[in-house]
Amino acid sequence: MNLEKMYQEIILDHYKHPQFKNLAPMVSGAVEVHHINPTCGDEVTLRAQVVDGVIESVTWDGLGCSISQASTSVMAGLTQGATVKSALDLTAQFLLLMQGKGVSTDADEILEDGIAFAGVAQYPARVKCALLGWMALKDAITREPGEINE
Amino acid sequence: MSASTLNAEILKKDFPLLGRTVRGGKKLVYLDSGATSQKPTMVLDAERNFYEYHNAAAHRGAHQLAEEATEAFEGAREVVAHFIGAHTREVIFTKSATESLNLVAYSLSAAESPIQWRPGDEVLVTEMEHHANLIPWQEMAKRTGARLRFIPVTDDGQLDLTQIDTLINEKTRILSFTHASNVLGTVNPVRRLADLAHAVGAIVVLDACQSVPHESVDVTALGIDLMAFSGHKMLGPTGVGVLWGRFEILESMPPFLTGGSMIEVVTLESATYSLPPKRFEAGVPNMAQAVGLAAAIGYLQEVGMHAIAHHEEDLVTSAIAQLETMPGVKVLGPAGPRGGALSFLVDDIHPHDVGQVLDDDGIAVRVGHHCAWPLMRRFGVAATTRATFYLYNTHEDVSSLVSGIRRAQQFFGTTS
Ligand SMILES: Cc1ncc(COP(=O)(O)O)c(C=O)c1O
Repeated sequence: MNLEKMYQEIILDHYKHPQFKNLAPMVSGAVEVHHINPTCGDEVTLRAQVVDGVIESVTWDGLGCSISQASTSVMAGLTQGATVKSALDLTAQFLLLMQGKGVSTDADEILEDGIAFAGVAQYPARVKCALLGWMALKDAITREPGEINE
Repeated sequence: MSASTLNAEILKKDFPLLGRTVRGGKKLVYLDSGATSQKPTMVLDAERNFYEYHNAAAHRGAHQLAEEATEAFEGAREVVAHFIGAHTREVIFTKSATESLNLVAYSLSAAESPIQWRPGDEVLVTEMEHHANLIPWQEMAKRTGARLRFIPVTDDGQLDLTQIDTLINEKTRILSFTHASNVLGTVNPVRRLADLAHAVGAIVVLDACQSVPHESVDVTALGIDLMAFSGHKMLGPTGVGVLWGRFEILESMPPFLTGGSMIEVVTLESATYSLPPKRFEAGVPNMAQAVGLAAAIGYLQEVGMHAIAHHEEDLVTSAIAQLETMPGVKVLGPAGPRGGALSFLVDDIHPHDVGQVLDDDGIAVRVGHHCAWPLMRRFGVAATTRATFYLYNTHEDVSSLVSGIRRAQQFFGTTS
């Protein structure tokens, strides 16, 4: 395992050009969550709007390392317009990838850019970074609309 | 000259772990002694020897082993006392500095506390404290209703003493602060603050986690009342810390943990307690760890605390000088004189990513908030990268750090 394997080009690209890193105005029915990684202080604020079981929009803002920022960017790209169910499946797949457990054979199709994070699983200290945005998403789309959590 | 120098290259050989490689054969460069230090063979041997020949419950039983274990444990207490210029009965073994500080905060807010808490009373700490010297006081403030106040920190990482005459006032009951910052390397003016606090009748507590391992500390000269430090940061084992206190203060304090060993007479309804230090050492003590700590102190004394302080100052001064010439690198904290903790920021690269590149080169540093989150907020950053130096670090280690940072900048494309 070397640095280049962990910091795939795709990761560095997302880090330098994060997607959906611009909080949409809080509209009625939207949910905002704020997640912190207490071991390092990295944070993400995420807003999601779910209408009839479909994620209409996911936007975020955050402070953190390349892994946490790129991973949140990839997550936001993958889940725009997805159903809550498929977004939760995706989250579960990403979690498996991070735990270094076998992912399903079509994982790279499902996870797309997300598969680039496979190398992070070799560094237990960084797994939480990669999961920060995903856990925020999971939290947001399983809440009641209008809730703001701190 | 020879009395104040040491040869780190030779000392390194006493530390088995420092000989290992990491990340696929890279030589280990250990710059995280501020978090925990490595252990010389003689400390490991001392612990093992205790278990192999003298292990029994100290202070209990009349058999030979119990006597030997008691002697070993009490002997360790003498070594610690001598090391910090204290009386033996003033040295309490805890499991860590964290426990020592909690012990003080609980005892001084218990029903039988020597402090009669009144509405409006204040407890004063600083903005640069490790969480271990902040949260126990937050909890104490909840129990007593006291107001927790803070000595602010200047932009260059010193305590801002411009308002100290109002911060330390007749309502101040406790002042607790760190001797040396674990993040910024700042060394605080202990005597001056202690004298100001004593003038208003406050009790002075010192967090000496980052000073006792690195320089000669004399509790009397510092003019304080209570002091906490951890064995594992000074070449000793984990699981042993120290609380030192002036005997009159300790004698006035109720116990924190209660149980075996710390009593005089017990009935079903009540108990009376031993004098310090035993009053604060409930249960079978951490004997092997105390013995290991005594061995660590022996090692430190053999090398010489002045030589150690001098060596670290040399390394940190050189590191700062080199980092300051690097474009995009900013060192936090005072220029000097300072301790061996060196926090820095690298433009456009998060500390986690700096640490990851360094780790890939076998260099172990700490990244994050260093358990001093409020201090991070004070400097408007989420985290820093921190290198800390000890007696076994060399100038070559400093050079590795510098090249590692340069590699991180190249890797993330932040330098041309
Ligand atoms: C300044 C300071 N205070 C307190 C502590 C807590 O020490 P321990 O975790 O050994 O109890 C540390 C260690 O990280 C420290 O650096």
